[in-house]
Amino acid sequence: MIYADNAATTKMSRTAIEAMLPYMDDIYGNPSSLYSFGQKAKEALENARERIAACLCCEPREITFTSGGSEADNQAIFSAARLGEKKGKKHIISTAFEHHAVLHTLEKLKKQGFEITHLDVHSNGIVTPEQVADAIREDTCLVTVMFANNEIGTIQPIAEIGKICREKGVLFHTDAVQAAGHLYVNVKEQNIDMLSLSAHKFHGPKGIGVLYAKRGILLDNVINGGAQERGKRAGTENIPAIMGMAAALEEAVANLDRNTAKLIKLRDRLIEGLDKIPYGELNGDRNNRLPSNVNFCFEGIEGESLLLLLDDKGICASSGSACTSGSLDPSHVLLAIGRPHEVAHGSLRLSINEETTEEDIDYMIEAVTDVVTYLRNMSPFWRDLTTGKRTHVFAE
Amino acid sequence: MALYSEKVMDHFRNPRNVGVIEDADGIGEAGNPVCGDIMKIYLKIDNDIITDVKFETFGCGSAIASSSMATELIKGKPISEAAALTNKAVTEALDGLPAHKLHCSVLAEEAIKLALKDYFDKNGIEYDKNEFPDEPHCAHCGEGSCDT
Ligand SMILES: Cc1ncc(COP(=O)(O)O)c(C=O)c1O
Repeated sequence: MIYADNAATTKMSRTAIEAMLPYMDDIYGNPSSLYSFGQKAKEALENARERIAACLCCEPREITFTSGGSEADNQAIFSAARLGEKKGKKHIISTAFEHHAVLHTLEKLKKQGFEITHLDVHSNGIVTPEQVADAIREDTCLVTVMFANNEIGTIQPIAEIGKICREKGVLFHTDAVQAAGHLYVNVKEQNIDMLSLSAHKFHGPKGIGVLYAKRGILLDNVINGGAQERGKRAGTENIPAIMGMAAALEEAVANLDRNTAKLIKLRDRLIEGLDKIPYGELNGDRNNRLPSNVNFCFEGIEGESLLLLLDDKGICASSGSACTSGSLDPSHVLLAIGRPHEVAHGSLRLSINEETTEEDIDYMIEAVTDVVTYLRNMSPFWRDLTTGKRTHVFAE
Repeated sequence: MALYSEKVMDHFRNPRNVGVIEDADGIGEAGNPVCGDIMKIYLKIDNDIITDVKFETFGCGSAIASSSMATELIKGKPISEAAALTNKAVTEALDGLPAHKLHCSVLAEEAIKLALKDYFDKNGIEYDKNEFPDEPHCAHCGEGSCDT
């Protein structure tokens, strides 16, 4: 099997698993307990917090553990909204292609009277700092722009956007779920006020994440209850998962440069190979994208059947087709970069990892080429395109 | 649990009757590229019997499987039986489809009806206009064709 869906989730690293085991086997105490056995767990928790803070270049007290990326996104946005509301500021700036954890949270705030500006992400899938500067108003309380997009992998100019927000005194949050452990992240240098990350995207366990919030930003609870996480996130801490996350993040950050160089070579080989398929096009900027992300649209075919046939060939991939999402519309990300519906249905995302080999890449190129050809040969839509009854969207 | 039944996967992996009939007596096409599925049915009809049928489909796994199964169900059958084929019969023959995929079987029923209508029109055969609507409705949005 070739697992090429690392943007969906990743295999846990051995290091992460080993880091978790003692906290399931032996050190199972509750960190809130007074006795030394519980305090041992508390020490581990604070040690993990310090190590994660070091990876992000922030203070340990600026780290709040959450159940994952979605919760961190929710809490960051609601917190900024509540702070803004108090000052009569009810305008939020975001982009058209955020993850649903952000989009649906903003949707909820809209119902509560907030005004949301979704910035255009252009055909290359990148917003510009100038767009953000132009959109900021007197009543803007938050700018939330993802670090890297989960479908097409495009990397946003985070440090520049952060700088503008700082200058204008507007809070800046970034959903770095796809970036943490994969790109250089430094909340100080990059002027980030709030950041979300999720462990299962960098070979850590599922169901655990972090919300970084700069000192002085008052967080609003999403989960109410006990006094854990300085009272900002109730619930007995998931110590094993937190230990696994800390180990996985440290490992990813330590190997970042080596992995990046390796992945870019593999990614580019895959892009070049798939580019040879006629009437297909890469989604998102060619270079300014995650080292692991390849995403194409192929005319005349539908993504779900493509995925099923690739599955038969042992390849795990994903698609932004409506049929795979269970909704009527294809991916909002592909529509946001201007892909027409009929083309967006034929999308394929392959997200590789550092264990992917050149042989895997060549096998995937061959398999995708074969399956696309096979499906086109039975597609009346493709027939109409080749006979000129319908017009191609892409060049050959 | 798998997304699809064994039957669906079998018809998806080994679709029956894929292709084109160059001198078809009736051709029907349902769906549109915007919604992400199109089915095209080609019929060869002799003495009121469907002697041959082929299909082309652009769409998801269940769309391909539904087309394949629908063609199997009408091949060699009299026109009257093909005209009476329902999406329910296609779904049942496939051992069921997930709820959000039922429209694929509707598309198959529609494409066959449209192919029969084409045959009737070409040969000046009378038929009940209510049973063979002019505009296939979009199985997704249910509001007429959404090919805009
Ligand atoms: C960009 C982005 N944000 C948020 C999430 C949600 O993270 P989680 O699954 O940890 O809630 C994901 C992953 O699914 C993601 O890719």
